[in-house]
This record gives sequence, C-alpha cells and structure tokens, in this order.
Amino acid sequence: MPDTIPAPALPVGHYGYDQVDRAFLADRVEQFRDQVARRIAGTLSEDEFKPLRLMNGLYLQLHAYMLRIAVPYGVLDSRQLRELAHIARTYDRDYGHFTTRQNLQFNWIKLEDTPDILARLADVDMHAIQTSGNCIRNVTCDQFAGAAQDELVDPRVHAEILRQWSTLHPEFTFLPRKFKIAISGSPNDRVAARFHDIGLVAKPAPDGGTQFDVFVGGGMGRTPIVGVHLRDDLPEEDLLAYLEAMVRVYNEYGRRDNIYKARIKILVQALGTEGYRQKVDAEFAAMNRARYRLPPETVAAIRARFGTPDLHAPDDAAAQLDRARRADPAFDRWVRTNTNPHRAPGYISAVISLKPAGGIPGDATSAQMDLIADLADRYAFGEIRVTHMQNLVLGHVRQDELYAVWQALRGADLAAANIGLIGDIIACPGLDYCSLANARSIPIAQKLSARFASPELQETIGPIEIKISGCINACGHHHAGHIGILGVDKKGEEYFQLTLGGSPGSDASVGQILGPALPEDATVDAIARLVDAYLVHRTGGERFLDTYRRLGAALFKDAVYATA
Amino acid sequence: MPLLENGRLVPDIWTILDEEAPFPATGPVIVPLSRLEEGLARAPGEKLGVAIPQDAEIDTLRTVLPRLSLVAVTFPIFRDGRAFSQARALREHLHFTGEIRATGKPLPDQYEFLLRCGVSTVDLPPGSDPEVWARAHTRFRTAYQPSVLGERAEGVTLRRVL
Ligand code: HEM
Ligand code: SF4
Repeated sequence: MPDTIPAPALPVGHYGYDQVDRAFLADRVEQFRDQVARRIAGTLSEDEFKPLRLMNGLYLQLHAYMLRIAVPYGVLDSRQLRELAHIARTYDRDYGHFTTRQNLQFNWIKLEDTPDILARLADVDMHAIQTSGNCIRNVTCDQFAGAAQDELVDPRVHAEILRQWSTLHPEFTFLPRKFKIAISGSPNDRVAARFHDIGLVAKPAPDGGTQFDVFVGGGMGRTPIVGVHLRDDLPEEDLLAYLEAMVRVYNEYGRRDNIYKARIKILVQALGTEGYRQKVDAEFAAMNRARYRLPPETVAAIRARFGTPDLHAPDDAAAQLDRARRADPAFDRWVRTNTNPHRAPGYISAVISLKPAGGIPGDATSAQMDLIADLADRYAFGEIRVTHMQNLVLGHVRQDELYAVWQALRGADLAAANIGLIGDIIACPGLDYCSLANARSIPIAQKLSARFASPELQETIGPIEIKISGCINACGHHHAGHIGILGVDKKGEEYFQLTLGGSPGSDASVGQILGPALPEDATVDAIARLVDAYLVHRTGGERFLDTYRRLGAALFKDAVYATA
Repeated sequence: MPLLENGRLVPDIWTILDEEAPFPATGPVIVPLSRLEEGLARAPGEKLGVAIPQDAEIDTLRTVLPRLSLVAVTFPIFRDGRAFSQARALREHLHFTGEIRATGKPLPDQYEFLLRCGVSTVDLPPGSDPEVWARAHTRFRTAYQPSVLGERAEGVTLRRVL
C-alpha cells in the first residue's frame, strides 16, 4: 500500500491555497503592517500613505475608514464567512455589506486595527488586495457557476487563473483607471459581461477544449456604454497572452488627463472597435507568445486545487420537494422566486435575499453570517456565493432538504421571496457613507421595498430591476436598471432622476432619462405610478422592460408627471 | 541623484543632459529624445543613452537601438504607469539588452514591478530612503505571472520563483 498522506479537504467552489500562497499573503500583510506603523509614527504623510492603503482596499469615507475585502469570483467557504462575521463583531458595528462586485465591505474600521484584520483574513486565505486603485480588480463571475443547468463551461477555474495573473501584475497595477473583468460560462449572461471593461464568456471549443467570447469597453459611470464584441474564438491557451495585449494597449493609449475619460470604454470609442482590435492584434503578434501561453497542464493544476461537491441526492428528492411546496404556499412562492435549476438531478440552487422589506440592500449581520455559514456546512458543501445583485447563494442544495434550509432562513429574516422582483433593489452607499454623493440612495431603497413588501404583489408585478445611485458615478448601476434612480443635487436639495429601459444582461441596454428630477418625497410615489401604468398596459407575460420597449416612454412620462 | 541597482546604491557614470546643456568632450551621456540626433553624431565609441517621455512610442527607437546603451523611462507621478509598458516593450519587442533606468517619482513599493518589467536601475527620487527600497526588493518570494525576467515557473503553476 502506498503510504500517501491524505490531502486536507479542498474548499468546494474555489481555489484552495497552499503553503506558497499563504506565504505570499503573509508577506503582503507584513508589508502593510510596516506601512501603517510608518503612517501612525508620522514618517509617512497621508498623501504618501493613501496609494498604499488603497492598494489594500482601505478607503476613507465620509465618517470612517472602509475596508473592502475581495471575494474572488464571489465564492466563500463557511470558514471564511465565519471569520467575516467575527471581524464584523469585533472591529465593526456587527454587520458587513455585500457589494455589487461580489465583495464585502466593512464601513466602520479603525486604521490601527487594519493590520490585525488583514492578518485574520490571511488566516482564512482572504485579503483586500486590488479592491481599489487603478488596477485589475476582483474578477466577478456567474453566481450559479458550476451548478446552473444552462451552463456550458464552469468559468471559475478561469476566473481563478485571472485572479492569480492579475495579482500584483508588474505592468498593470497603475493603469489609467480601474479595470473590471467579468466571466461567465453560460449563454444567459448573469454577469453583465457587456458592462465591464472586459467581459468573457467561456464556451466549448470545436476541438473539445474551451474558448472565449471577448467583449470590451463596457461600463457605467458618467458615460454608460455597452461593450463591443471583439472576438468569439479566443483559445484557452491564448487567454493570458491576449488579455496582456488588450490591457497593454489600454495602458499605453488610455487617457490620463481626465479621470472621467480614462476608462477603456473611452479609448475603444475613440479608436473604434476596428482600430482597437488592430492595435491589440499587432501587440499580440509582437509579443513572446510562448512566455504567456496558458498550457492545459497549468489549467489542470489550478483546477485540481478546487474542491468539487459529491452530488448524490435520494431518488425521491424532487418528490419530497413537491410535497413540501404543496403543503406550504409561502415556501412554494419562495421556491418559485428564489431558486435556480441545478444541473444534477435532485439538486437546486437557493438564493438568500439580503433585501428584506425596509432593509438596507446587501447588509448582513454577524449573526446572519454565522447562520448562513452553518447552513452551508450542513446543506451545501460549505460553499456560499455572493451575487452581483448583493444577495447570497447556496449553490448545491438537495431538493429534499430545501424546506429545512428555508425554515432556518425564515427564522433569521433571510427568506424574502423577492429575487429578480421589485424588492430586489441595488443601491449604492450614497450620502449615508460616501463623500461624493448628491443624495441618499439607501432610504429610497428602504421605502420602495417597504412599499412593495407584499410577496403576492411582487410576484404579480413580476421581474423588474430597480437600481439606485447617489451620484453620476453609477456605483448602483442605475444605467442598467429597468428603472434607474439617480441622485442629483438641486440647490442643495436631494432630487432623483428616473431612467427607464436599462438592462444588464444578454440584451444589454442603457436606460433613458424620463424627465425632470423629482424631490425625494415624490420619488417613491412616482415609481408606484410607473408600476401601475405597466400593470395596466402589459400583455401576456411581458416584463416591465418589454412593455417599455414595446410602448416607449410617453405613457410612463404621463404616469409620472401628469399628476405631479 | 543616488542610483539603485539590485537593491544597492551604485555609482552613476552617466552625465544627464537637458535640452540645452553642451555635450562633454567625452564620457557617457543621456540625451533627451529631442537631442537624439546630436547624440548619435558623437564618436561611435562614446556610450549614448536617451531619456524618453512617458508617451513616446517605443517602436520609433527600433533603428537606433543598436547604438544605445541606456534608455531612461520616466514616472512624472507614480500613478502614471506607462513606463512599465515601455520598459517591457523595449525588452520584449525590441530585445534591448542595455540599461533601462527609471526616473521621476516611482514609489519603493513599485520596485519589484519595475524590475519585472525590465527596468535595471532606478534614479531614486529626492528624499528616498534606500533602506525602504532595499526592503521592497526582498519582500516577496513569489509572483503569479510570467515576466520579461523569465523567472523559473514553480512546476506547472502560474507562479514564478523570485
Ligand atoms: C467614497 C466614495 C465611493 C464609494 C463609497 C463607492 C462605493 C462603491 C461600491 C460599494 C461599489 C461596489 C464595489 C465592489 O464591490 O468592488 C462601487 C462600484 C463602482 N464604483 Fe464606486 N464608490 C465610490 C466612489 C466611486 C467613484 C469616485 C467612482 C467613479 C468615478 C465610482 C464608480 C463606481 C463604479 C462605476 C462601480 C461599479 C460599476 C461598474 O463599473 O461596473 N465609485 N462603488
Ligand atoms: S454612485 Fe456616487 S454616491 Fe453612490 S457610492 Fe458611488 S460615488 Fe458614492
């Protein structure tokens, strides 16, 4: 018998660190400890310290430091989530905020605590590297990766490859502006690939391997643009080489004279798709391709560091779920709205809504995090995913155990049946936290979700995405909202401008401004009237967005402004 | 200004000319890009370097590169990362083997990046503590991507041993 030492279990759904990765992270924590010590001692000025703290995800907000922690491709394990809960309890105000880029933020952090927090994070293989600054940020991914029925390729191994490749990249850490990559492996775009600096869609190649669709130059902010399609046949072995070429062209030619024109979208628009493609192709042809080649052995070695779930459901799992649904209408509704079909028989993916009626979208208390970590251990292979809609997902739940999961969630105010519905709102931090804000986004979200709290009403209204930003930087993705809400400042008063018709998905579009901005106290009513107008005019199974696309803005304009 | 190579201070043999200064009779000089022709007109035995601005196209140096012993790239502010790409293009596209010198205001925390993009020496900005730079040089033992230094890969992983 070979005397092999049993390998420690690898985390399901994400790359498992080894000793080399841990040593790297420890070096990084020590580097930052040294920098904080120099800052506190006064040998580093705030000016000099700022870029260093930003490289470690530490922002100075309106009232305190905010620490943004990377959740690579949105996948956490239960041990990590428990550590986040612990940090929230010990160093913050007992809660954390899950973000639209699948990360987690703590809003009330003390500078002197940050080295210890980063060390604690490093203990569970987490960090805050490149969650800020003009570098390649955390790569985002489909929240149903590796589980969804409609998926062609599990994109997380490639997301991990991109995470590693972009970590302290020597050439691309001081780009003209921040750089965001999203990757999906499903034809149904759940990552907003066309609203990213680079969007990748993995699919099977004719030779049986993997190849990628490449989108470039999408983004929100003051100049919302839907990304252009660069190519549909990027072979896996050229993934890194081609991205090197794409980002290098941007590093060389992207504008640096005006931060509002510095994203790659502006460069792609200025050069034209063809012009940009030519430059990338020239770079690609000139570079040392062998050096940047991604061999299949490397992909396999990284894949081998991912734990995989051992999926075995009892034969009657589906039947048991059916029985539970028939017996409990509230559960039945939640299953309709908060689950996604799984590729394996007897399994299902469950979405935990962080959008309770009247709550702050994306916030979770430490007690909730602990509970979800326990549920993940018990029912979902210890794996938790963060969605770009600021909810959480248990990816692999046995159908016969879903009822128990739901009951536990309900006891912790985590079972709002509103995924994809009007209560599932994205809101940026806004004036409650952010020094750039014109207006408070969070209270509008709270009022809307309270107004539309009834699950029956939400289901009747059907799929609709409301997204709120407190200023034109569009952190709340309002441009991509079926209904977008943008905070503007009118002579010191908070006003809100409505946009209609945006969409983040495969049918990506940028919302159009409906009319003059509304005062805060009129905004929620105006949205209620928009929804009423939709309910009157929709036909068949039309979503709000479809009705808007079919009938145009006039009717909605009347609904909002006729009575105003 | 103090010159750093491999994390250590080294003597600087180069004379740096601005737009007007006269050429010394002999000895290595670094000329601004606008005076490259003048520099090339010197005796072929004299070592010549050129200082390029951060928006210069590296490809324009292709034909003169065999005559150059040094190219100085610059960081007018540390956030302007174009010189990283210039250095890498010099090494990777034009196979330049001479000295690449970083000037301007890079941060010590960028030292490893500079080296991995092909920079060989750093003209330390005023007020720099060479100790901090030296420490930055030994901080990390691993990188996660190939570079022009061609470091050894660790097995089949993406990791490189620094
Ligand atoms: C203190 C001020 C700010 C706060 C509190 C803030 C907050 C946020 C948050 C929470 C996210 C999701 C982040 C993540 O998960 O990584 C985000 C993303 C984003 N932020 Fe900000 N942000 C601030 C400033 C800015 C500024 C100055 C800009 C632009 C000039 C900006 C543009 C964006 C955009 C465009 C996104 C994501 C949307 C996208 O590009 O796809 N933010 N921001
Ligand atoms: S959209 Fe504006 S207000 Fe909201 S977080 Fe971003 S910068 Fe702040």
